[in-house]
Amino acid sequence: MSLTVDRIDIQPTHNYGGFRLRPGRPFPFGATLVPGGVNFSVFSSHAVSCTLVLFDKHAPQPMAEIPFPDEFRIGNVFTMVVFDLDYENIEYGFRMDGPFDPRVGHRFDKTKVLLDPYAKSIGGRDVWGQAPNWDDVYWHRARLVPDDFDWEGDRPLEIPIQDAVIYEMHVRGFTQHPSSGVKYRGTYAGVAAKIPYLKSLGVNVVELMPIFEFDEFENSRIHPDTGEQLLNYWGYSTVGFFAPKAAYAASGKFGMQVDELKTLVKSLHANGIEVILDVVFNHTAEGNEMGPTISFRGIDNRTYYMLTPDGYYFNFSGTGNTLNCNNPIVRNMVLDCLRYWAAEYHIDGFRFDLAAILGRDPWGAPLANPPLLETLAFDPILAKCKLIAEAWDAGGLYQVGSFPAYGRWAEWNGKFRDGIRRFLKGDSGMVGDVSQRIQGSPDLYSGGNRDATASINFITAHDGFTLADMVSYNDKHNEANGEGNRDGSNDNDSWNCGWEGPTDDPEINALRKRQMKNALAMLLVSQGIPMIVMGDEVARTQHGNNNAYCHDTDLSWFDWSLVDQNPDLLGFVSRCIAFRKAHPALRNTTHFRNTDYVGSGYPDISWHGVQAWNADWSAESRFIAFLLCGKHARGGTTPDNYIYVALNMHWDAQTVEIPRLPEGMAWHVFANTGAASPEDAWEPGQEPRLEDQRHIFVGPRSVVIFVGR
Amino acid sequence: MNVTINNIGDVTVTLISGELDGSTAPVAQQEVLAVAREAALIVLDLTAVPYMSSAGLRMLLSTYRQVTNTGGKIVLVGVADEIKDTMEVTGFLKFFTLTDTVDQAVTALKG
Repeated sequence: MSLTVDRIDIQPTHNYGGFRLRPGRPFPFGATLVPGGVNFSVFSSHAVSCTLVLFDKHAPQPMAEIPFPDEFRIGNVFTMVVFDLDYENIEYGFRMDGPFDPRVGHRFDKTKVLLDPYAKSIGGRDVWGQAPNWDDVYWHRARLVPDDFDWEGDRPLEIPIQDAVIYEMHVRGFTQHPSSGVKYRGTYAGVAAKIPYLKSLGVNVVELMPIFEFDEFENSRIHPDTGEQLLNYWGYSTVGFFAPKAAYAASGKFGMQVDELKTLVKSLHANGIEVILDVVFNHTAEGNEMGPTISFRGIDNRTYYMLTPDGYYFNFSGTGNTLNCNNPIVRNMVLDCLRYWAAEYHIDGFRFDLAAILGRDPWGAPLANPPLLETLAFDPILAKCKLIAEAWDAGGLYQVGSFPAYGRWAEWNGKFRDGIRRFLKGDSGMVGDVSQRIQGSPDLYSGGNRDATASINFITAHDGFTLADMVSYNDKHNEANGEGNRDGSNDNDSWNCGWEGPTDDPEINALRKRQMKNALAMLLVSQGIPMIVMGDEVARTQHGNNNAYCHDTDLSWFDWSLVDQNPDLLGFVSRCIAFRKAHPALRNTTHFRNTDYVGSGYPDISWHGVQAWNADWSAESRFIAFLLCGKHARGGTTPDNYIYVALNMHWDAQTVEIPRLPEGMAWHVFANTGAASPEDAWEPGQEPRLEDQRHIFVGPRSVVIFVGR
Repeated sequence: MNVTINNIGDVTVTLISGELDGSTAPVAQQEVLAVAREAALIVLDLTAVPYMSSAGLRMLLSTYRQVTNTGGKIVLVGVADEIKDTMEVTGFLKFFTLTDTVDQAVTALKG
């Protein structure tokens, strides 16, 4: 290594109680290892002074408190370098002094030790489920971590969004069940061990439910009847936006969760799988004025939270507080956060929980041009990240189809879920709606610089029934949540196929299985981006609980014995995913024009009924079919086979006239959900030729998919 | 933390005893690299290392890179199971050949 001259700004200049100090630098915010010491930087618009509080790791009381000298302050930023710290063995926090005047929005309390909002690693919940010390003066403790990592050339994969197949996963729930057979159950390393499974299924994006540090003991309570300890299992309640949850790491007890999560991302990338993080900027874990003071409330309550004119907390999230996302300071924190995860963890995209809140101004009013959403859409570091909005909130702002997108944001298409579910259960009047959803919802996403890539199509998500429960229950059964079955959505658009819950009746069970295949087939041949929930591919059940947020039990864990019990369903889904990946005609970016613009003799998409070229759009119609002309795939730029899909959600079978193909081509059957496994779907490229090229008998409640070549 | 260095032929056997953390790892690295010539063959005997922190793991990888950059090789001996598990999940294990004894390590280096 060549010799260099030392920096001229790394020597201590001051002393305080045996600690050597020097003026710090405002950037980066948080705590950063510098030569000889640690640079601390924290800002507050309204605090009058700030003290750094240092603990030996795990110690009950601080070992030192060092006021930030006022002569080091830059603007509203308190900053200093502290030398001679054993950075691996300390925890740090802040005391902020300022006014306590809730009516004006100030809740400073210098008796509290506050967590650094920019903490890169947080201790205090190092091992999942380990009972906390409720008397601890400092619950969630910021720690210092090295930020170096050997990525060995890894970078975000930049898979075009139209080619994505998204798998929504709970990190702990994915492998915590003993049947998972992995060494480090319920952890980032556990996910890595299951990469071969994910590859064989064929998904190329995993969307991780919240992995920012959260408190599983938030709102923990014992169920009065069952005695089960209910926890905050899902984690939609952030304690620290820059720190990965320690208890999701096998090495969390050693504080090595940063390296472990980066290693997971690197392994997923090496196997062609992207990582999207589910991020929760709509509220924090501090709740309202009755909740704990962990960080923001004590650092700068008025800046970070949307407050009513008399200082109470607006509650557009339904959880007690609402983060003030369009305040310029908070907006910068959100930007810093996302840039940090994109740059330092190579994250490929973000799904924003209750994203309509991100478009509200500090007093809750919806903005036409929300600065935060615009900033994120145009940021250079985030430029290739997928941005996905759950385009509603708990305050009634429903923006599916109208989310301020700036040509970049995609949306969870709730109308896809609703439309397909209603069609699936046999509702009347649905064929028109379904024809829009299959096409990537041009009724919602055409014009305004948006296209089919704005539509994240899903039938299930963590909110609501699993796929298996959607076909097994008419009603939710959330008694195990201890809220008298009042929680969870009542609008499930589900149908139990003739019996509520588990049954031995073979016909009902066969119908349920077929309905699951119908749902997944429809999802995977639709334009837009498909998302499934972990376990849907093997019929994971939550026994009718459609809001299992508080269950850290086998109710919500992935039971891997289902892989052996339902190989037929798993095989069907894998082949459908493979079919989608084999056919660019299913993965357009632009919407269909419903015309023949390449001169093939066929429009890019055409609609059919039981009679070819004659779709039945009437209210009582429950059959609709479409034909994709292979020469129009990707706007005519990528030749593909012809694809014909018939959706029969009628309780009767239909004899269907198949549209004719060009001379020299023949129809082959890719899938028929009415056929018994393994003939319900074939390996793409090996589909058998249809004997009768003119007519097909489509069974009741069945989907057939043909490929023409 | 102690570092003892012996030679078996042209193989350098470095015995480390004690914890490898933020304060001891830099010292250990300095001593290991001080005797590493070009294309060195190095055995790091970690049998007597009960614990490695993040800094310790980084020291290992950094030492590995510096030795292999000059055409040398490193083999680790006697890594405790718990440390091996931690190295595996944090991405530090895959770079290394691990053996149980110094003899096996010397054989691995010469092979």
